Amino acid sequence: MSTVLPPSSAASPVPEPSGARADQGSSLWGDALRRLRRNPQAIAGTIIVSVFVLVAIFAPLLAPYGGDALPGRGEIRPTFIPGIGVLSGYPLGLDRFGGDVLSKLIWGARASLIIGLVSTALGLAGGMLIGIISAAFGGWVDNVLMRFIDILLSIPNLLLAVSIAAVLGQGSAAIMIAIGASQVPIFARLLRSSMLQQRSADYVLSAQTLGLSRRTITMTHVLPNSLGPVVVQGTLSLATAVIDAAALSFLGLGGGRPQTAEWGRMLTYAQNELAIAPQLAFLPGICIAITALGFTLFGEALRESLDPRGRK
Amino acid sequence: MLHVIGKRLALVIPTLFGLSLLLFLWVRSLPGGPATAMLGERATPEAINQINEAYGFNRPILEQYVTYMGKLLSGDFGVSIETGRPVVEEFATRFPATVELSILALIFAIGIGIPLGYIAAKYYGKAPDHVSVVISLIGITVPVFFLAFILKWVFAVQLGWFPPDGRQDARIDATHATGFWVLDGLLTGEFDAAWDAFMHLVLPAIALGTIPLAIIVRITRASVLEVSSADYVRTARAKGVQEHTVRDRFVLRNALLPVVTTIGLQLGLLISGAVLTETVFAFSGIGRFLSQAIFSRDFPVLQGFILFIAVLYAIINLIVDLSYSIIDPRVRVQ
Repeated sequence: MSTVLPPSSAASPVPEPSGARADQGSSLWGDALRRLRRNPQAIAGTIIVSVFVLVAIFAPLLAPYGGDALPGRGEIRPTFIPGIGVLSGYPLGLDRFGGDVLSKLIWGARASLIIGLVSTALGLAGGMLIGIISAAFGGWVDNVLMRFIDILLSIPNLLLAVSIAAVLGQGSAAIMIAIGASQVPIFARLLRSSMLQQRSADYVLSAQTLGLSRRTITMTHVLPNSLGPVVVQGTLSLATAVIDAAALSFLGLGGGRPQTAEWGRMLTYAQNELAIAPQLAFLPGICIAITALGFTLFGEALRESLDPRGRK
Repeated sequence: MLHVIGKRLALVIPTLFGLSLLLFLWVRSLPGGPATAMLGERATPEAINQINEAYGFNRPILEQYVTYMGKLLSGDFGVSIETGRPVVEEFATRFPATVELSILALIFAIGIGIPLGYIAAKYYGKAPDHVSVVISLIGITVPVFFLAFILKWVFAVQLGWFPPDGRQDARIDATHATGFWVLDGLLTGEFDAAWDAFMHLVLPAIALGTIPLAIIVRITRASVLEVSSADYVRTARAKGVQEHTVRDRFVLRNALLPVVTTIGLQLGLLISGAVLTETVFAFSGIGRFLSQAIFSRDFPVLQGFILFIAVLYAIINLIVDLSYSIIDPRVRVQ
């Protein structure tokens, strides 16, 4: 039951060209939802994502200390960083600044959720705009936009994000915009090709015969039916965004104060104490990996459930 | 074949041209202007003036662009602010290290990825399949530099099996001729130097190779699954073709096409990964130099390296496209 399709598979799910309406039992999305509920991968993904989101939302209630607070400042010495269970009151120990690791991990979930959601939303918005314009207008507009996308795709994603962050300056807003912008090319390409595929479907021809305007056909028929692959990619991008944010932070582009409760930041500072306090690296690293796993599992299950080849 | 190369070049050259224009505009749109971006916010006006004068940032933008393109076309990519050496030279001295690392990473990824993907497809839904799915999920969801941390901590710090950082033990007096240190050691007969350089490569290569490994496993698996149910495979079996012939000539040969494409596309990921992995292992390739350039705002280096990487990426993709015709005769005919 765990057919994992390649992430960049050319055979992306193509929604069936029926007037997909979510309120009908046999509709594309309804059908997908029904199959998601039976997919163990989707269930595991949903559980992980739910826990992550709940922790992020209720961080102020769950965390013993504030995100930037340094309650154990007096306890640490250059050669001694209390680890897991060493000091009472700090179940996961302290970090080099005297911050409570448990609290910082909890607040870090919130930071990751915000970065993931905002940057993916930005990437989606930008990518969809370019994708729709490209597919709808075709001709030289399409050509110019796609060559521009080619240029952006000609350099590795991380370097693209780094370059954008350099222009925007330090800080978490810059990081979110940079990650979002680096995701624009993939969303644009995906939506464009999906829309082009849909445009040659019979229902478009029939809509044309009915005399509907090109705009109506594009926006109310082609677009909704082309969204499947984009939604899947959006879910997977949440995972990428969390990982990329950590990577940018690791490269010193995070900005803000060093003790900020952010998983990537915690991991970055932990490398200096790898020999004496490895847990400082492992704990945030595991948090990033599990969160990314949750979104990936869910995204892939979604891809599978939207794949018309799997429909009965 | 020449026709194909020509067509691809016709696509690549405008892209690189566009990228060089974007990079030109990029440096000039840095906050506070390029000179401030290089020197930091606390730079004195005199220092800023000096930089503006030296780099021509105070000239009209069009003139700057003409100068910039003229220099690029004559192979002048500027000088690193940190080291004072030409960017081309910095790239050339570090490039072999990253190539060595990437090759080993790809050998690791392909050598394990393709068999694992094939086995997963063969035992679809059984234990080996689940194992491969788990491995590929780990590869995709664990951040590269975190994996590098773990490998370094376990195998270098705790077990001491591998050196924790660098390219070669400083105590070894090795001759370096080609820049590929493992190769250098083999060529000059300094086998201990070659072995030491190789041992320094192992952990970074595993860290770097894990993402491509994960992706190769899943593409191979999906592709083999698809091909295995093809009519011609069933026909071949029905005709009594031996199982290993079916595997090698019917299933694998057809299933590998998407895998080859994927390997080509992995190069970008490999470079991104190298920036992070080389930094963790203090491995002096282009990735580490890039991350140092990011820290020190060495924009000429960033600009130049990004262009070189794009050129490299284009060349690799061209090679991948051409290799199709070797794997798939159908492409050759068209």
